[in-house]
Order: sequence, then structure tokens, then C-alpha cells
Amino acid sequence: MEKAPKYLQIFVVVYLVFLYAPALLLPVFAFNDSTIISFPLSNFTFDWFLGLRNESALHDALGNSLLVALSSAILSTCLGVLASRASARHEFFAKKSIISFLLLPLVLPEIIIAVSLLVVLSQMGFALSLWTVVLGHTLVCMPFSIAILTSAFNNMDQSLEEASFDLGETGWGTFRRVILPLVAPGIVSSLLITFTLSLDEFIIAFFLTGTGATLPVYIWGQLRFPNKLPNVMALGLLLLLFSLLLLSVGEYFRRRTKQMAGTDSFTGD
Amino acid sequence: MTQTISNKQNRTGLALVSTPLGFSLLLLAVPLTMVILMSFWTQNYLVLEHSFKLDNYIEAWTHPLYQQLMLRSVRISFLVTLATVLLSYPMAYFISFYGGNNKVRWLFLVTIPFWTSYLLRVFLWKVILGYNGVVNSTLDWLGIIEEPLVFILYNSNAVIIALTHAWAPFAILPIFVALEKIDRSYLEAATDLGDGPIRRFLRVTLPLSMPGVVAATLIVFIPTIGDYVTPKLVGGKDGLMIANMIQVQFGKANNAPLGSALAISAMGIVGMISILFVGLNRRWLKKE
Amino acid sequence: MPKSIDAPTNGVIVDLNKVSKYFADVPAVNGVSAQIREGEFFSLLGPSGCGKTTLLRMISGFEQPSSGSITIAGVPMEDVEANERPTNMVFQSYAIFPHLNVEENVAYGLKRLGLSKPEMLKQVNEVLKLVDLSGYNKRPAQTLSGGQRQRVALARALVLKPKVLLLDEPLSALDKKLREQMQIELRHLQRTVGITFILVTHDQEEALIMSDRIAVMLDGKIAQLASPQELYSRPVSKWVASFIGVMNFLQGDLFRDGGDKLSVDAGILGKISLNQEQIPVPVATGPVTIGIRPEMLTVLYDKNSTAEFELNAVIMESDYYGDMTYYTVKVEQSELVLIVSMRNTAGRTVLKEGDKARIGWGSESLVILAESTSSE
Repeated sequence: MEKAPKYLQIFVVVYLVFLYAPALLLPVFAFNDSTIISFPLSNFTFDWFLGLRNESALHDALGNSLLVALSSAILSTCLGVLASRASARHEFFAKKSIISFLLLPLVLPEIIIAVSLLVVLSQMGFALSLWTVVLGHTLVCMPFSIAILTSAFNNMDQSLEEASFDLGETGWGTFRRVILPLVAPGIVSSLLITFTLSLDEFIIAFFLTGTGATLPVYIWGQLRFPNKLPNVMALGLLLLLFSLLLLSVGEYFRRRTKQMAGTDSFTGD
Repeated sequence: MTQTISNKQNRTGLALVSTPLGFSLLLLAVPLTMVILMSFWTQNYLVLEHSFKLDNYIEAWTHPLYQQLMLRSVRISFLVTLATVLLSYPMAYFISFYGGNNKVRWLFLVTIPFWTSYLLRVFLWKVILGYNGVVNSTLDWLGIIEEPLVFILYNSNAVIIALTHAWAPFAILPIFVALEKIDRSYLEAATDLGDGPIRRFLRVTLPLSMPGVVAATLIVFIPTIGDYVTPKLVGGKDGLMIANMIQVQFGKANNAPLGSALAISAMGIVGMISILFVGLNRRWLKKE
Repeated sequence: MPKSIDAPTNGVIVDLNKVSKYFADVPAVNGVSAQIREGEFFSLLGPSGCGKTTLLRMISGFEQPSSGSITIAGVPMEDVEANERPTNMVFQSYAIFPHLNVEENVAYGLKRLGLSKPEMLKQVNEVLKLVDLSGYNKRPAQTLSGGQRQRVALARALVLKPKVLLLDEPLSALDKKLREQMQIELRHLQRTVGITFILVTHDQEEALIMSDRIAVMLDGKIAQLASPQELYSRPVSKWVASFIGVMNFLQGDLFRDGGDKLSVDAGILGKISLNQEQIPVPVATGPVTIGIRPEMLTVLYDKNSTAEFELNAVIMESDYYGDMTYYTVKVEQSELVLIVSMRNTAGRTVLKEGDKARIGWGSESLVILAESTSSE
């Protein structure tokens, strides 16, 4: 592999600085002993993290967010499994249009989705709650599930399924013993990605939530109070680390596909 | 082997896709239709009139405030898209052509910052671009400026910078995928036939990577028109965009029909521009 | 689970009756009828797109015939799903489950039969021994070589004791050396287990070496169904003759030689009287195509050696293959060009371009061919 030209190398470094600039400031202010978020810095402190323990509104928001993210991740992954299985293995009427329609939320501005869901729910007299947020999040997370899972299904040699049938297994048995183990890494990464997306989604939650705030909605409220900002920075850093942990787990599962060991053992080893 | 859709294929496929499709019809198609309908209704204080009228559109398209917001939103979306694609392309190119065995690691490296909370990322741009922010402090310390720069916060420039940052991975990934798909022997063939690096890039690499560029453009351009958080946090009064007005109409102003008309108009404009862009691109590629 | 209903079959295990398969109105298989016998090694041979794989997939149950019927072991297969058929398949890609080890792959189908674990393990070990993979039980599928994968695929199918084993181009992924070795081994294995094998291949040499009978397919139809020897020495059409091995084609004139004897006037080669075996399909008298294999022609090195028929020729091209040399020769005072193959034995010089040679052959080496009926 040849080396990149000098100007490209310089560009890459400068661009990476640009990409990392906000994220790098997060720990800076999370550990800075001053309520004002600006330079120059003062002393190092852990207080902002410790302060998070006493914010009951934050704890509620965290609980709400976990519930919403978990529900949205499971729902969108289930729907994604159905859609991507159909897309990867079957030819059916208006396939292209149907799949494109399912992927549409990927390019729609979130405010349009939020507003239109708000209109329908209020017209039908639905009360806004965390569950309306779950519906909205599932809608925007599903395209990501479909994209991840379609490639997982496509990567599987179709003759493996035929071999299972040929060896006497039923449709359900084939799904359980061959398809599921082979697409499991895709399912895990779909769950993790959609969970992370839902956890960070603001606009839809902002429009569709009732009295219970999700974490981003809580943060949005806090941004108005300057003395709360260091706490928010500390919280943001924890969230970032948590997301990265989840993604690393996802990456680990993705890699495991390549070197899978036996999981269908009958001799009990 | 060509094959018509067999009955069984068709039935199983439709059975599988019916649940997600039903979900999306109910929560996407119906709501969008509803918004379109609503944009023709009228809000009379607390009463919603269900008669079909164009009043909202007339107001949305003629009132100077909305005109200004709409034009600004389109201009910001356009500039953000241009900047994002222009900056992402060389990055994607670098990873694809010089990433060696570390391509996945490079992609990871590029996407890590984006797992920071979106709200905080935008907020931190305020810290970077602000009066006592990182940029001004640094320039002052270097002795380059006497007075802090003020044209970089609370206006459209700040919005453009923050959004160009926010959309970077969504542009890098599709362009990277398109570049990866290019068979490297095409490039060797072009060199063999006498093209220098620049001509080779313009005649082979760029045209073949256009699908990625088009995807990146659409993925960035269309949703940007609806961004709410960034203009609200760093845009100040002069950087507000149409989404902020839509939110006001649905919220404080309590005029959901007008908000709907604004939303539909914004979607219509970006939709038309996107179709035009895709069409022009197709013609350009054909000419090549 | 393979059904074991024993209906009277008269030694026929797979009965194909006017089987057709259409994809988008294009026939992939077009009215094929054939009876495959119990315990034979049967091959479906043909170029790509001839319908052989589709036919195999209809026998296995992965495709349904558009018309016609398939009977296996006396049971009509119309309503029998692939997983209920007494057939098992070795896939072209082998389709070894990547998440399972060798033992788990082989036991995949056994697990549904409700055997005890020791019994299952016993059967697995027996079949692994049969395919020469004893001791490979715990090897992960991902670490196996191409040849080992092929053996696992065989073991996995054979352990279920199918009535028919289907093999879809099982050797095409292997390199030449291993392929030749596996051809012998497969033939051997089939003899040992006594199960009917149906092999799909595009490699005529492979089919000739392994099969008891071969169905040569073209454009969705069986062009000829015969034993390897018959197929080679008495091909029914010009197409079959050129698909299997090399054949010289000449124009001739078939006529009645008084009584019921037929002879052919082969121009410069003379008038040759024929026996019935040399005319595999009924041909009308008049212009016909004559086929003669290169090895049926001999270069007469020795001045004193003679043959029933002789011709003087000039070597135009000489292609050396190690054990054999193929000569392209032009017959003197004629436009006729023939290919002659000679074994390279000790002390025999390889002739060069421009050398003169005397070519000999016998009247029994000719075969009269029908014109190809299919599109070319």
C-alpha cells in the first residue's frame, strides 16, 4: 500500500481535529472546577459527577430513556428481521417500492415525522406518553435495522438453508438451527445501534412525550440554566462512554461471525 | 436464469413484509397524508375548520417572514451539503485508498465523536465559537486578533459549521462504500492508457464514485432543512430556520394548519431540488 | 425424515415421467423421461444451461415440475416436500454449516430422529470412517479444506441412509489432482454403500469415469441415455459425438449394398460396408455424416505394416500431450483434414509439420450419425 500524498495527510489531520473538537471539550469541562463553560480553565474536580447522584429528575429521565430505547430497539429489530428477510430472500409484488418506503424515514427530516405523528395522535385523541415516543423511535430506527440485517441475511449462503431442508429439517427448525445462529451477530448489532440511536434522539421525543422526559429532553431543559451546565457535561461524558461500550460489544459480536465455534452441540462438550 | 415471481415466493415475501409495512403505513403514510390534509384546513382560534382552502399556502409563500426563513433554510441546507460532501470526499478517499488493513479502524475513528449526545455536540460548538470560546481565546493568545471575532456565533455561519460537523459520518460512509466498490484494475487500466493521477481521478474514480456522492448529498440535504436544535442553540436571531417556525406554529402560535403548510412546502422544495439534482447527475454521467 | 414406504419398483428408484420446468415461459427442462435404477451411478451430463441442475433440484424437491411427474421408490413426489423426501444432496458449495463442527454437521439430520446420544455418535463415527475423516469430529467447519468439506458433505448426507444421493457438481471446486482422486473415491464409495447416486456434471471425463449410465442433456432434453462405452463409441448425434471426446466428421452417402446390407460411400476413403452396430439410430439412405475417433486412425510408421484401409497424408500440426500426440493431417489429393491420435511409446519419434505419413483404419471404426436435432 502506497503512502497518501502529503496534502491529503495534512487534510486528514485537520479534518479529524474538526470532527473531534466538540467531543474533546466534553471531558475538559466535565472535570473543570467552574460553573462557567468557557476558557480559561480552573481546577480539576469530580464534583459534577458526584452531583449527578442527587438529581432525581435526571434519574427519572434516565429510567424513561432506557425503557424507550430498549422497547424501540426490540421493536425495530423485530420489524427489521421480517422486512430484511423478505428483501434478501424473496421476490414479491412491488418489492422495490415497499422496501424504499420502509427506508424513507432515513431521509425524512425528523421534524416532519414528529409533527405528522403529533397531528395524527392528537386528532385520534391519543394521550402523549413514553409509548408514543417508542412508536416514533421505532419508525426512525427501523431503516437502520433493515440495512444491518439485510446485509446479514445476504451474507448467508442460501444453500445452507436448502441443505437443512434436505437433511429433513422443517422450516421452523431451519430458522432455529441455521438461520438464527448465523444472523445472530446482525441482530445483536441492530439492537445495539438502534438502542443507541433512540437513547440520543431528541426532536421526536420532544414533540411526542407527555409528562415523562427522556434524557435528551431533560438535557435540553438543563441547557437553559448556566449553573447546571457542568453537571450536563459530566452526564454527557458518561453517556458517550456508555455508547462506546455498547458499540464495542457490537463490534465484538460482528467479528465473532467470522470465527464461530459450535453452538449446536449434542455431545455436551 | 431469469425467473418470474413464483406464487410461493410472492406469498411468503408479502407475508413477511406485511407487519413492518403495516406499521409504516400506519405511522408514516397515514400521518403524512394527515399533515397534507391539515395544511388545507384553517385554525380559527380554538376551532379547526375542515374546509379545503389554500390560505395557509398563500400565507406561507407570500409573508416576508416565512419567505425569508424558507430561503435561508434552503441556502443553509445547500451550503451545509456542499461543505459536508466536499470535506467528506477526501476523507473517504483517504480511508478507501490508503487505509490498508485498518479501514474498519479508520471508520471507527471517524464515527466515535458522533456518539456524543447530539444536543451537547451542538452546544459545545457554542463554546468553541463563542465570545470567550476556544477559537477566540486561541487567536487572541496567538496575537492574531485584538477583539474577539463575533461573526462566527449566533448567525447562519455558526449553524453551517455545526451542521457540517453533525452530518460528516453520513456523507463519509456512503462515499467510502462507493469508492470501495471501484475495481482497482480500472485505475491501473487508466494509468496504463496514459492518464495522469488527476485525469485518472476525474475520468474514472469520480464518475464511478458518483452514486456515493449522490447518496451522501440526499442523506444530508433533505433532513438538514428540518433541523431544529442547531439553529435554536447557535443560530441566534439571524440563524433561525423553518423548523423553528414549524415548532412555533404547532406550539405557542397554536396554528397547526399553517405549521403543516410550512412543513409541506419545505419538503416540496427540497424534494424538487433533489429530483433535479439526481436528474442532472444522471445526464452528466451519461455524457461521460 | 426420509419416508420408507416400500412400493413395488421393479428395480427403478427414480422414475421421471415427461418432466418439464418453465422459468418465465422458457423451458429449462423440457419433457424429460428416464428411469434411474436402484444402486446405479447415474450422471446428468451437459453444458451449462442444459437443465441438468434444474432436473436434480426437482428430484430433491427444491423446484416443482411445471408438468410431468417424479416418482421415487414407487412414491409419487408431487406433494412431498424436500425435507420429507428419501433423497439427500451434496451441494456444489457443500453448504457446510459454518457455525457447527464436523460432528455437529454430520449429526444435523440425525438429531431429528430421536436417537440416543451414544447411538448417534456411533453412526457419526461410522460414516466419518467411511469418508476417511475419522478423528475430525471436533474440527470447526471453518478450518476445513475443500476436499475435507466435500467429505463432510458426503458424510452428512450418507448418514441418513437416503434411497438416492444427489450430487450437484461436487468436484468442480477442487483442483485437478484432487478432483481425479475424488472421482475414483466417489465411485468406490458408491459401490460400498450401494445407494443410487445421481451426479450432475459438465465434465464429460468425470461422467465417463464414474457412471454406470449417463444422460447427456441439451436444451432441456436428454440427447442420449447410455452406458459410457456406448456413449463414446456409438453417439447418436453429431452434437453428442463432439461433446464427448474428439470426433472427425466426414460427409458420406449411405446406400443399400444389395440385400439388407448397408454401405457408405465416403469419397476418397472408399466404399465401406457397415454392420448394424455402426448405425445406432435409424438413418435414411442418402447423404449422411460419418464419425471416426482420432484413436481409431493409426499412423503406419513401419513400411511393412498394413491396415484394412490406407491413405497418404501430410502432417499439418503436431500437438504433444506427453502420453499422446495429436496430429492434424491433410489427406493427399483432397481437402480432407483429419485428427489422428497416437500413443507415445518408447522409440517412437514424434512427427513434425510437413512430414509425410501413411494413415490406416478399419471399417469397424466408423459410426453413422444423425444430424443434430437441436439448435446450435
